[in-house]
Amino acid sequence: MTAGFSPVGLHFDKIEKRYGGLLALKRVSLTIAPGECVVVAGRNGSGKTTLLRVAARLVRPSNGTLSFSSQSTDGNALEVRPEFIAHATMVYDELTAEENLALFARLLGVTQAQNRVDTLLKEVGLSDRRTSLVRTFSRGMRQRVAIARALLHEPAVLLLDEPATGLDPQGAAWLASALRRLRDSGRTILMSLHGESEISSLGTRAIRLDAGAIAADTRTGATFRSILTFADA
Amino acid sequence: MLKKVLAATAVFVLLGAAAYASFFIAPTDAKQGLIYRILFLHVASAWTGLTGFFICFLANLLYVWRRQPRWDWLGISSAEIGLAFTSVVLVTGPIWAHPVWGIWWTWSPRLTSTFVLWLLYVVYLVLRTLIEEPDRRALFSALFGIFAFIDVPLVFGSIRWWRDQHPQPVVMGEPGSGLDPLMYRVLFFSWFAMLALMALLLRQRYRLEAMRSDLETVKHEMEAA
Amino acid sequence: MSLLSNTAALLGKEVRTEFRSRELLTTAVVFILIVIVLFSFTFDPTSDESRRFAPGLLWLAFLFAASLMLQPCFLREQNNDTLSALRLSVSDPFAIFLAKLAANTFFLLITELFLLPFFSIMYNVPVVPVLHWLLLVFFLASLGISIAGTALSAISAQARMRELLLPLLMLPLLTPILVASTEVTKSLFDRSPYVQWKGIGFLAVFDLVFLTALWLFGEYLLEE
Repeated sequence: MTAGFSPVGLHFDKIEKRYGGLLALKRVSLTIAPGECVVVAGRNGSGKTTLLRVAARLVRPSNGTLSFSSQSTDGNALEVRPEFIAHATMVYDELTAEENLALFARLLGVTQAQNRVDTLLKEVGLSDRRTSLVRTFSRGMRQRVAIARALLHEPAVLLLDEPATGLDPQGAAWLASALRRLRDSGRTILMSLHGESEISSLGTRAIRLDAGAIAADTRTGATFRSILTFADA
Repeated sequence: MLKKVLAATAVFVLLGAAAYASFFIAPTDAKQGLIYRILFLHVASAWTGLTGFFICFLANLLYVWRRQPRWDWLGISSAEIGLAFTSVVLVTGPIWAHPVWGIWWTWSPRLTSTFVLWLLYVVYLVLRTLIEEPDRRALFSALFGIFAFIDVPLVFGSIRWWRDQHPQPVVMGEPGSGLDPLMYRVLFFSWFAMLALMALLLRQRYRLEAMRSDLETVKHEMEAA
Repeated sequence: MSLLSNTAALLGKEVRTEFRSRELLTTAVVFILIVIVLFSFTFDPTSDESRRFAPGLLWLAFLFAASLMLQPCFLREQNNDTLSALRLSVSDPFAIFLAKLAANTFFLLITELFLLPFFSIMYNVPVVPVLHWLLLVFFLASLGISIAGTALSAISAQARMRELLLPLLMLPLLTPILVASTEVTKSLFDRSPYVQWKGIGFLAVFDLVFLTALWLFGEYLLEE
């Protein structure tokens, strides 16, 4: 997609996150290769959201370090800007769809911002509602604005926390194809999902979290299906 | 155990000596008579309170930097104890003012500034009760503590300047009120005794906070299991 | 992508959002008007007494209004977790604070300037001869209130009872501004007005100190 793009890997090194006496993440060590598309499964409260937010550098771990590795050939340390898509829309209700995207495009320093905003609005099917306040949008439409925001600068690392929530089948299909394009262009994707779906089938790897620790990993022999359906495999 | 008893004894001896010095060694004040001797308690408490808040400031900085719980324990302990000594200042103020001036409260620079200082650290304590998650509570109260402490010189400075615009009665050992050299020595000795008391109290309060924190952790772990 | 351009973009967002609803401005203006009227019952608003008390109550009213107006500052960003979006998008988190404190200063100034004529009339205080100096004081004081208030609203957004907490955090901390602003304003309302440069310098120092503190510690205020 973009010239000069280098895939980025993630390395979680003994990551711990404590809330009160509760350990949401218990010394999680995990290496994600550049370009991998990893599905994270687990019950509610297993630490999926915390793991993703640590990867997005929104949550600071109580212990341990997160690092990014890139195969950048020009020797410069790449500033990795991960993006995050979650339950919350992360866009402003009081602004229009276009204003939201234009704002974030400007903050991110996206080149030819207006073009990019136009393109994304068209891709998510909101061109005709671009001048409407996000407050007037349905849940599904808001999710699409959220996804558009996250894709503005074509992030090398994309983290998604149950991204299909609130999307109708059409929206989910569009998201799946967008994610497929990103994955195929070498973006590293980490997403938490419930159960099997078109989106989960994009994954090249799956891990299951249980009470803050990695309980299963397709890299170490578990099957995709078993991880996604919480069967004891 | 023996060390604790010895330490406490030493502190009480020091305090006793300071009290004795306040009453019998320091010379008599020509104008105010006996009551002026409360200065040794009043001013020494003010300085000790400020020392406590300074320790709190350092603890806050260290917590934000290192994120070790012990700095949070030190922060809350020193804030509470600093507040206790500052309260002594606010109580001894009226006790002093009434016989001398006939009024209970004077808006002298020290008292006014001390009152604001007192309020700042009361708010620090209130803030802590309103954030439940321990790490978050520690971080955000530390940040407020830092802002509060850098405000202190600004508070004292602005109120001192305000006093210059509206001359207030010079009383209670304000700078420039002219203390006899012997009085200064007794004052510094009183401060020293108070610092010893503060150190003792601080140690106890710190230990209490450490235990309380451990208990909280165990309780959470049990609830989670 | 630089600090300044990020700040400008965010400042645009803050101002645009507020001018669409005008909630903050309307509430602040009405609140201060109420306070000004209520205060008038507490003393005799004849000319001489007015000159003595009016500056103090003006700044007190501004401070109270600010402590209400600054609450939504970071609370708003919790609504749809837009704060996370900002943190992901800006290269320097200080831009978030700069934009908010600039916006808050701007809103405070608008409120103060709007109310100044009413105040002048109701308390019979001559404002026009010293208007440019008043503007300077208003600006420096509002800047200080915004810098500290923006930082503290990030703290209060983390706690329970945040509506009551923010005034509690702000008012003792802003005592120096109250003192300095009142004194400078008082001397400007005097029969023979004069400028207290020491007071103005003091306000500038306050602003600088807290701006530096916010720069040093801002990123921690946004932590999760």
